[in-house]
Amino acid sequence: MTFLELTGVQKRFGDVAAVEDFNLAAERGEFVSFLGPSGCGKTTTLRMIAGFELPTHGSIVIDDVDVTHRPPNQRNVGMVFQSYALFPNMTVAGNIGFGLRVRKRPSAQIAKRVSELLALIHLEDRGNRYPYQLSGGQQQRVALARALAFEPQVLLLDEPLSALDAKIRIVLRKEIRTIQRQLGITTVYVTHDQEEALSLSDRVVVMSEGRIEQIGAPADIYNFPATPFVASFVGTLNLLAAKVIDGGEGRISVDGQEIRSAKPITDAHDGSTVTIALRPESIELGEGGGVNRLRGVVEDTSFLGSIVRIRVRLPESQTTLSLDTFNDPNLDPPAIDETVTLSFPREACLVIGSGPAPVVDVVAGA
Amino acid sequence: MTGPAIGPRAPGALESVATSAVTADRPRRNWGSPWAWIIFLIGVLYFTVPLIATFIISMRAKPLFAAYTNSFADPRFFSSLIYSFVIGLITVALSIALIVPTAYWVRLRAPRLRPFVEFITLLPFVIPPVVLVFGLIRAYSRPPLPFTNTDIGSSALLVFAYIVLSLPYMYRSVDSGLRAIDIRTLTEAAQSMGAGWFTILVRIILPNLRVALLSGAFLSLAIVIGEFTMAVYLARPAFGPYLALLGANRTYEPAAVSLISFGVTWLAMIAIALIGRGSRTRIQVGGAH
Repeated sequence: MTFLELTGVQKRFGDVAAVEDFNLAAERGEFVSFLGPSGCGKTTTLRMIAGFELPTHGSIVIDDVDVTHRPPNQRNVGMVFQSYALFPNMTVAGNIGFGLRVRKRPSAQIAKRVSELLALIHLEDRGNRYPYQLSGGQQQRVALARALAFEPQVLLLDEPLSALDAKIRIVLRKEIRTIQRQLGITTVYVTHDQEEALSLSDRVVVMSEGRIEQIGAPADIYNFPATPFVASFVGTLNLLAAKVIDGGEGRISVDGQEIRSAKPITDAHDGSTVTIALRPESIELGEGGGVNRLRGVVEDTSFLGSIVRIRVRLPESQTTLSLDTFNDPNLDPPAIDETVTLSFPREACLVIGSGPAPVVDVVAGA
Repeated sequence: MTGPAIGPRAPGALESVATSAVTADRPRRNWGSPWAWIIFLIGVLYFTVPLIATFIISMRAKPLFAAYTNSFADPRFFSSLIYSFVIGLITVALSIALIVPTAYWVRLRAPRLRPFVEFITLLPFVIPPVVLVFGLIRAYSRPPLPFTNTDIGSSALLVFAYIVLSLPYMYRSVDSGLRAIDIRTLTEAAQSMGAGWFTILVRIILPNLRVALLSGAFLSLAIVIGEFTMAVYLARPAFGPYLALLGANRTYEPAAVSLISFGVTWLAMIAIALIGRGSRTRIQVGGAH
């Protein structure tokens, strides 16, 4: 049953459309992430759910109640900010209990709830500290507890881990997911970090330039990107221009070498150019990776720890593509300028759009 | 695997190395250039010579300290000081009630209005107090708002005039205090937890402006306590007119009273510094760790 529903939501700032035609139906207890580059409208959408921005068009419904025009203090939505936003004049306990004090709950009830939440975030002995006496990770835990204290219907998190270092980010990410599952609270999480979005979420909403590019489970988003943008923003992807030889049979030509896609190509006629996407990890060096084969020249190799990334240039079109192989200490990576054969299964070859391979203005994830 | 051989060492070898390293690394004390000291000395003299001269004059009264005992013995000294102090406190309270919500709202919702509001708050520097007070007397000495017809009305008018006079100091203090905290995010955090505007102002914004409010308050108080023009034209028994009267009729007492009021002002400044030092470290909003 839908718990949080955004229908036809649009937000314009003057002539600029920050969010366009945004539709989302989230289930009760679902963890949904908004993923996209800076300026894609993900935070604006979150702020509209919180009530800090009023949609130009559309409606926002929480648990069958239209809250589109309700002020933020009457929505019962908890929010965690990137900058923690703890009240500097209050102790940790004071911060956590603030929402309950505003609701004029009895002192004993507030004290009990604060203790429960301090235990939940493993800061039982820090209740009397001030925010400046805590580390960044601890402050963000307190901010999370504060947002949960008054039992909101929806929890919103606006890039909550961006200001933290990598190790704490991973620990806190797990804690957020554990707490969210434990409490079963409907959660919307904004991030530009694809790893965060994919590892935390039940569903991911990929956004670009104010529009939804794709909504789906993390595995679907990664394995079956619906648009060239999603393909290039989520994970590292090789985008190649290919000529359709026989669309019905899925026969296409890349750099003059014939390969096959798993599915027939229906939206492009024979002889036209389409874009295909290949994940680096689905390509193998040698001929054992699948029925599709491409020959090229090694341009560069990068050692990434457990993985070695090899960049190969296709001779005719001078297009380069990357492939990942596991690091084997007993095997040397191929030499630069060595001619190699790459192979991959038909399923790895995704046709994601007609026309030549687009230049997507994002840094493809690592 | 063999490590480096560790042989016997001469007694005191390591100690001597350590000692010489300490000697070599000891920083030379930098006393600064002589010119800096000369300028500093001129500055010190500029501030202290008038005070010392005032003190010397005040001590010429016979017997010793007579100027001070006479000042304290004069009932008008305390009554005028207390009157000005009370008027000052009311001014500060009303200024805070007027300026904090205004500056907060301008920063949060109408940042484009900031230059305009700043200009308004600077007007007391442009309009002489005598012009302001004559304007007030003309406007409020007849119906429908005949403030000057009663003592309380005149005192209220004085407070309103002082609020205008303290605008530049109070607004700047509050504005710089608001700049030091992320009011937008704190406001949104409080709103998301169900707080209304009044709660946000009283429980979040005001406590975090404590130091800014104190400095604005003490500056306003110092100005109000010594103010002469408005108090005299509104015929109020304030400290400024009392000082002027004393200066016209007595020889040594004005010097004593000046030093006493100077001491009171310095005590207020020290109080700001002490209170400010206690709370400065608590104001930190995210991102620093």
